[in-house]
Amino acid sequence: MADRSPATRRSLAAVLVAVFAFLYIPIATLVALSFNEGGLPTAWTGFSVKWYGALMANRDILSAALNTLIVAVISTAIAAVLGTLLALGIETRRRKGRALEALVFAPMIIPDIVLAIALLSFFSLLKVPMGLHTIILSHVVFNLAFVSAVVRARLKSFDWSVTEASADLGASALTTFRRVTLPLILPAVIAGALLAFTLSVDEFIIAFFTAGAGRASTTLPMQIFAMIRFGVTPEINALATLVMIVSVTALTLSQRLNKGVIAP
Amino acid sequence: MRGHLAPHRFPEKTPRVQSPNTRSTLLMAPALLWLTALMVVPCGLIFALGFFRRGLYGGIEYTFTLENFALIVDPLYAGIFLTSARIAGLATLIAVIIGYAAAYAIAAAPRHRQPLLLFLAVLPFWSNYLIRTYAWIVLLNREGLITQGLRMLGYEGEPPSMLYTEGAVITGLVYNYLPFVILACYAPLARLNPELAEASRDLGASAFTTFRRVILPMTVPGIAAGAVFVFVLSIGNFITPALLGGGRFQMMGNLIYAQFLTANDWPFGAAISMVLIAIMMGLLTLQAIAAEKGAGEKREGADG
Repeated sequence: MADRSPATRRSLAAVLVAVFAFLYIPIATLVALSFNEGGLPTAWTGFSVKWYGALMANRDILSAALNTLIVAVISTAIAAVLGTLLALGIETRRRKGRALEALVFAPMIIPDIVLAIALLSFFSLLKVPMGLHTIILSHVVFNLAFVSAVVRARLKSFDWSVTEASADLGASALTTFRRVTLPLILPAVIAGALLAFTLSVDEFIIAFFTAGAGRASTTLPMQIFAMIRFGVTPEINALATLVMIVSVTALTLSQRLNKGVIAP
Repeated sequence: MRGHLAPHRFPEKTPRVQSPNTRSTLLMAPALLWLTALMVVPCGLIFALGFFRRGLYGGIEYTFTLENFALIVDPLYAGIFLTSARIAGLATLIAVIIGYAAAYAIAAAPRHRQPLLLFLAVLPFWSNYLIRTYAWIVLLNREGLITQGLRMLGYEGEPPSMLYTEGAVITGLVYNYLPFVILACYAPLARLNPELAEASRDLGASAFTTFRRVILPMTVPGIAAGAVFVFVLSIGNFITPALLGGGRFQMMGNLIYAQFLTANDWPFGAAISMVLIAIMMGLLTLQAIAAEKGAGEKREGADG
């Protein structure tokens, strides 16, 4: 767009600078404060990683982190399998009804609070004791929807003639899946799983409602929520920084994998 | 076995094997069962709960009633809904204005730089919601960074009270959902044919007229998608009002939260959730209409 005047170009650049400042200053402040020796936002007293050390000594945080890991790993594993099968099923279907599309799209758009209270009512009316297992069951709902969305996007550009060729050469359906289809869609499956993992690690509302009473099934976001309510502490800054690093790494990786599968 | 997972353009010839649709159903079954058991049934339960009566000591009395919906239009609660609609509406308006401007600036940047700019705009969205909200507590609290900044500039009075205000809640909502609006607005802006704007200017339209009559109408679907998302997530929010509003501002989300976890009036909480879903569906329908209209404009633009 070469016809823009210098003044227009300058104001467009100014918009970008302002928006990026708005987006990044809060996060950057948080990260910077997590390395502040004194721990207070009032004065910079020197670089230190002591607040990260304090985290490692905090039993509540460690047990919450472990719970989060358990929930995220198990729910992601289940969702990766179910979501991939779902994507394969939908994309090989002759006609995709609107009801089916709505059903697999719904978990991504239902407000978390509604799904959370729905699951809470469901589990308590069935008298299912709640804990980590109910969080896992619940997280699979939205995780499988996201995995299937990523895999479906890949399957849209999938060259089905390679599975034909495999079948013509005498491979069984299972062999064709294992040796041809799966290797080709694997990057998308992993990308979807990484996305699901991050969503699960970060998810607060549904976990909060389906964790049941007691501290035993507190996840990291629940722990962070409880800590934030007491105010600003250097430990939360450090914890927040770590959680951000994990999410951003997993999602950047997921993006990369997804780009690597652009159809020939 | 021929045609494993093949779509319909490869017709199944061997009669022994399952038809593609049977196989497709089998592949989908586990996920669909999961979604049915843990999403459809629980949501249906909420739908039903909304028509029951609250028991005397909490709990649920299984008699049909419309009381819960009557309560929603009761002045006390209607006031809360209007407040949350106003806060969500303002957050949506601000997010759309900033987000559109940012998306426009990104789409106007040199093509090879656009992916990086877009990536940077969305990156904060990938960090935890609680943490992004907490970052604003760090900035806005009485001894927070903004107060420090003012002191450095020579301000000596009382620290301004910025946290626990409506402004703080709106700022938090805009901050959290802005990247989504940027993404939603960028897509139609990037697809825009620059020749259309050029033609409009050649025909004598001013830059503003070109924007208002050519660019804006064609990007309405993106704006609408972003706006629906921000509005629904804002009005149903309970984290941001709880953390940045200090519990002084109730959104529909806080009200639902309270009915289930403190007030113990599940049927009323269920009724509010249904209203929330109804608002979302209504707005999504409007958005779909806007998208169709936008597609129509685009065709006209392509023809003429």
